[in-house]
Amino acid sequence: MTQVSERPRIVRGWEWARPVRPVRREVLSAAPELEEGHPPLLFVPGFGHGAWAYAEHWLGHTASRGFPAYAVSLRGHGGSGPAPEADLRAYTHDVVQVAAGLPRQAVLVGHGAGALVVAHALARYPARAAVLVAPVFGGWASLGAALRRNPFGTLPAVFGGGLRLSRSQLFSRELPEAEARRYTARLGRAARRAQWQLLTGADPEPAVGRPPVLVLGSPDDRVVPATALTRAARRYGSAPLLFPGMGHDLMLDARWQEPIDAILDWLLKHPGRAGRP
Amino acid sequence: MPTPTEHGRPDAETTTLARSHDGRPIADRGDTVCVIGAGASGLTAIKNLAEHGFGVDCYERETGIGGAWNWRHDRSPVYASTHLISSRPFTQFPDFPMPDDWPDYPHHSQLLSYFERYADHFDLRRHIWFGTEVVRIEPVDGDRWDVTTRSTGGYGPERTSRYAAVLIANGHNWSPKLPRYDGLEQFRGEVMHASSYKDPAQLRGKRVLVVGAGNTGCDIAVEAAQQASHCWHSTRRGYWYAPKYVFGRPADQVNDTLLALRVPLRARQWLYHRTLRLTVGDLTRFGLPAPDHRVYETHPIANSQLVYHVGHGAITPVPDVARLHPHSVELTDGRQIDPELVVFATGYLPRFEFLDAKILGDDEGVGRPRLWLNAFVPNHPTLAVAGLLQPDSGLFPLVHWQAVLFARLLHTRLTRPDRADAFAGRVSAGAGERYSGRVKDSTRHWFEVGHVDYLRALERALRDLEGK
Repeated sequence: MTQVSERPRIVRGWEWARPVRPVRREVLSAAPELEEGHPPLLFVPGFGHGAWAYAEHWLGHTASRGFPAYAVSLRGHGGSGPAPEADLRAYTHDVVQVAAGLPRQAVLVGHGAGALVVAHALARYPARAAVLVAPVFGGWASLGAALRRNPFGTLPAVFGGGLRLSRSQLFSRELPEAEARRYTARLGRAARRAQWQLLTGADPEPAVGRPPVLVLGSPDDRVVPATALTRAARRYGSAPLLFPGMGHDLMLDARWQEPIDAILDWLLKHPGRAGRP
Repeated sequence: MPTPTEHGRPDAETTTLARSHDGRPIADRGDTVCVIGAGASGLTAIKNLAEHGFGVDCYERETGIGGAWNWRHDRSPVYASTHLISSRPFTQFPDFPMPDDWPDYPHHSQLLSYFERYADHFDLRRHIWFGTEVVRIEPVDGDRWDVTTRSTGGYGPERTSRYAAVLIANGHNWSPKLPRYDGLEQFRGEVMHASSYKDPAQLRGKRVLVVGAGNTGCDIAVEAAQQASHCWHSTRRGYWYAPKYVFGRPADQVNDTLLALRVPLRARQWLYHRTLRLTVGDLTRFGLPAPDHRVYETHPIANSQLVYHVGHGAITPVPDVARLHPHSVELTDGRQIDPELVVFATGYLPRFEFLDAKILGDDEGVGRPRLWLNAFVPNHPTLAVAGLLQPDSGLFPLVHWQAVLFARLLHTRLTRPDRADAFAGRVSAGAGERYSGRVKDSTRHWFEVGHVDYLRALERALRDLEGK
């Protein structure tokens, strides 16, 4: 589970000199009935999604299994304050701020491009563990895949417009049409700069505190190809956990319970930090 | 990979291998590391050592965390109005940011709550023995250490535990430094050191002389300007009084923009002088002495209000004190003033009374250890001092990285002894190194460091240790 130990970055003159501006952040939560000593989970939605995406099923289910559950909306998404000029750094800042504000060391769970935000956040906050769900790590290859699958939704994003994801990309056919329509209607968009950084941005720095990292997704995901899942998992020295037949939005799709149960079972198996330096 | 020792308390089950010289049993704590003090430096030491898999026992003489920043502690130097002098990005731990809706310069009570949250978030209290002070630390064979403790105040029996390593984080702002002045004993007025200054009510309606132009001295002079019937502010030399804000931004953030652009020191000094000239103006117009050094050559004083109150006549700047008479104070320019209260804001001295001064390379016993990176001790690879730094910026990020480096060093000793030996060589060769530009010498300034110079040196040390 241990990532190769890389040198941490110590001097961050630019970041110190230009701190990210605060913004109102929406945090939804669900508390377990009984405090069982499990670490809190912080769910980070992907671009276009807000904390609501987790509030549908995963937050409640996580709490019912005894884990305190929180979900944040990145700035400019959901109920958080508007931020048209946001970049990946600002999103990362939002996640680290909420994580550090939780009563205990948190597990970070990121979905889609939110997984990339989590990967960046891991370099600034020693999470207890991290889970990357259908991670979109960006780069030109993922742009190619998105253009092939959904040319009309993706092309505007290349020129600074919003990225539009189609129903067939996000959900499997098992999800009732009406629900799928309701979810896609709620989708927003990420800031232009953040979208660009998804293509051209720097790789995440090495994680601090060496958290164990789980990567999961669906081989039938029409946003993240299976090869991208394998590549993301390999960064963290593991193989992805696969849920065939599901769409990109595993937390909203018809069989949403399987992946979240797998995540919680994995956390129970890894009570401490895996792998020391 | 050795299994870390359980984080329990040493108890009857702990293996007893040896006895101390007075016959008491010594509890062997195996690979556990001992941290002395649960202030800011001690907390980040516990967190980082535990994160690297070490068992940690921390001894804290007080009953709470926060050290100097906990105003309830009798050794705490903070006063009611203490605010940070470095802005948030420079003050927070790099992996645990302060809330971004806090002010640029938080109040000391906010800082304490930040440390409380840090301790709770990372579950650090289970490592700490509160109300326990360290009496002695002695080296034993195998680079291990016998740490003798007892209840704070000297009650109860002493007990000794043997540790694989010791990190000293006992702070350096609690033992007041009082300069010697002729006639101090004869002075009939009230005399206090800034360490016992807590509240502006202590100044109200009095004629007050504040001695010293450190950040504390300037803060107290500003409070005296508003509360006392008169305030004299005595300084040894002229200083640069840097405003906390320039161009509407915290001044240290503006400075680090220049550092990030790698603007050379001379150019930064010139820019700084220009900026101060344009915003604060000519200090001699206010009757303040002209600075006798370039900016960045002494510990920066961040105080926007001092010059303002001088301009309102509420503070009279005066030179150094020559001697005290029973009813007056004589200054070096021959003037006599008649304060009722003299506040000596003359600083603090680091003290390690539980350790033989020679171990830290302080052969003359003057309280000036010879260390590398202000932390690592020649010939004692398992001993380090955390937080013995006077940075031109916030202290806590620097201590965080010191603790990370120490934890990685201890880990490297187990996995790659050759690299740990090479590190020990660098410690011996580099002891006493400085990490700042030229500074005016004074007991206050010998552990002055430039935060970027220091962190770069630490980054190099970490890279060399891990062979990357």
